[in-house]
Amino acid sequence: MLRTFKLGGIHPAGNKLSAGKPIEKLPLPKIVFIPIAQHIGAPAKPIVQPGDKVKVGQMIAQAGGFVSANIHSSVSGTVKKFAPAPDSGGYPKQCIVIEREGDEWEESILSKEENGDSLDAKTIIDRIKQAGIVGMGGATFPTHVKLMPPPGKIADILIINGVECEPYLTADHRLMLEKGEEIIKGVHLLMKALKVTKACIGIENNKKDAIKHLSELTSDDPEITIVPLKMKYPQGGEKQLINAITGREVPSGALPIETGAVVSNVGTTYAVYEAVLKYKPLFERVVTVTGKNLNKPSNFLVRIGTPIKDLIEAAGGSSLNGGKVICGGPMMGRAVNSTDIPVAKGTSGVLLMPESESKRGQEQDCIRCGRCVTVCPMGLEPYLLANVSSKKQWDIAEEHNVMDCIECGSCSYTCPANRPLLDHIRQGKKTVGGILRTRKMKKQ
Amino acid sequence: MNNLLTISPSPHIHSDQSVKKIMYTVILALMPALVWSIFMFGFDAVRVILVSVVACVAVEYIIQRFIMKQEPQITDGSAVITGILLAFNVPSSLPCWIIIMGAIVAIGIGKMSFGGLGNNPFNPAILGRVFLLISFPAQMTTWPASLHSAVDATTTATPLAIIKHGIKSGQSIVDVLPNLPSKLDLLYGNMSGSLGEISAVMLLLGFLYLLSKKIITWHIPVFILATVFIFQGILCLANPSQFINPIFSLLTGGLLLGALFMATDMVTSPMSVRGQLIYGIGIGVITVLIRNFGSYPEGVSFAILIMNGFTPLINAHIKPKRFGGKK
Repeated sequence: MLRTFKLGGIHPAGNKLSAGKPIEKLPLPKIVFIPIAQHIGAPAKPIVQPGDKVKVGQMIAQAGGFVSANIHSSVSGTVKKFAPAPDSGGYPKQCIVIEREGDEWEESILSKEENGDSLDAKTIIDRIKQAGIVGMGGATFPTHVKLMPPPGKIADILIINGVECEPYLTADHRLMLEKGEEIIKGVHLLMKALKVTKACIGIENNKKDAIKHLSELTSDDPEITIVPLKMKYPQGGEKQLINAITGREVPSGALPIETGAVVSNVGTTYAVYEAVLKYKPLFERVVTVTGKNLNKPSNFLVRIGTPIKDLIEAAGGSSLNGGKVICGGPMMGRAVNSTDIPVAKGTSGVLLMPESESKRGQEQDCIRCGRCVTVCPMGLEPYLLANVSSKKQWDIAEEHNVMDCIECGSCSYTCPANRPLLDHIRQGKKTVGGILRTRKMKKQ
Repeated sequence: MNNLLTISPSPHIHSDQSVKKIMYTVILALMPALVWSIFMFGFDAVRVILVSVVACVAVEYIIQRFIMKQEPQITDGSAVITGILLAFNVPSSLPCWIIIMGAIVAIGIGKMSFGGLGNNPFNPAILGRVFLLISFPAQMTTWPASLHSAVDATTTATPLAIIKHGIKSGQSIVDVLPNLPSKLDLLYGNMSGSLGEISAVMLLLGFLYLLSKKIITWHIPVFILATVFIFQGILCLANPSQFINPIFSLLTGGLLLGALFMATDMVTSPMSVRGQLIYGIGIGVITVLIRNFGSYPEGVSFAILIMNGFTPLINAHIKPKRFGGKK
């Protein structure tokens, strides 16, 4: 019996069109737009000026606070200007624009890894911080902050997220197949940083080759367990993954460290290996470019700041007439209004949706079927939360735990009446979140 | 290259579930029982079903188009279901004009007056049926013999009516038993009763089909039937000469039709499993009470209506299990 999380969940079609495609290096872009805010927390502060010459891996912006991350150049060339470029939410965000010349890397980046056996926790965390590593599953939380739990909170298990439950996305799958040894080294580094002796790598059962490969690599390793999981969305969600692997439930309103677990995406783990053992900062990542009407669904190794239109072109292009371009997966990704958007540290995929699948169905009255309640992985009542949020009854929304919603979209996906449940719930979360912050400030 | 892009918030994919699909799957699930009713009652069954369905759809269309001034939604299939279920709940000899009155109450009051599909608190078909039972008790409790009945008579009593009559006139269960159809007859439907309630096998077939298509879950029917079985079982053990054994209870009357197809109506039943447990137990208890201690031989319709009435209260206060909530 394969493990999985207990409450809710859905089974969308996998559509892993690019699963068999090895990672290709995307041809280097002529110009990159590197956002200074591609992580949770304060934006980074630029430390270069227009006209400066930079090398690949050179720091161009410094962390803007405790919860923030350094940003490094992904190309070598000349800093052209600071200019806004749209982010996946549609808002213009400040970017450092660099025109590429050649491909000259910082000398400090090693081509061959150094031995990490003697490194202590502090050194590991420092190198991760220097390298600007953030959560690459999409949340973009600064990794070094996650590795330093607040006083009183102790980690006892490291969980590696190899689940990739979103349909279409295959970047993590290919990484596990092609960089398995490096990922395992990264796992050991993270375990040392957290001072834990137990790690579990959770992989969904549709990636049997990855499960087999990583199991072989860790067959003699008593500290790492590969855990195959039953396919179910949203198993890749932190809380659901912790529940699936350990049975523990993160309490409402608390952080995962409360259960003693720390979760890290496989892409992040690979970046940790490169940062600690090769001094390589985070300036490139694997992005899945896919879609039913795309000529060549692929997995590309992309430099941060590359406009996504470069990726679409390299994948054989497609007529974009009327369809959607989605940054991320089809369940939680964002439909964008321009292909000029640059790839950021959290961009896991670019999905092209044909026009025939891009329109929502006709909305009808709620038939009280209760399917949204059945599928909600957080045990909430989406029909109720959507209802009261649309009526601006914020107190009732708060009372019914709207802040627990992880915005996975299972409710909207399932609703037979095509009700835009998540749209309303997001509005409720935004408003109630603001109310809670104001209440907290007034108390202080 | 035309670069117009569509934008909407996530999620960008949708399951293939739709209201229409749910309704038409339910209609398909009712077909075995429908075919059996025509086999047992012939042309009369066809007449009753047709009149009921056409009347329900017509009432919905007229109200939506001319009174509510909205786009009629009759193609979603829900009025057809109400029509079939209403027909299933009446004898095959019911005159057309009474059926039409039932349809007007079922759709007009039971559904449209509250705002249409999704907004009604009571199961429309049951509302229509109970209205007819109270307003036209004689016509609603006269059951014609089936075309294949062994007894050579124009009308027969239902098994539950035979039991009720027998007990009331001082007989004990042992005396009444020979007059009842065998358990096998009850199972596949060789008995007297309303159009849709007679064949356990046909109803179960349809129910299993609905389960396999994940249209409904097993919880409500199991909670109801288990409650009836246990409660009736306790009564029977306590006094076997006054109370029929629980297997008979499960196979007679409208219990299976009610538990499988009417109590499971999504709009009028609770939305969490915990709520459905209370709902199911309530229906089971009230059914057994009315059947054994009330004047009516049958109590399922009233039981369902009463628990429909409690559903909003149940939904408001019985909450589903939360992730990371206080236990």
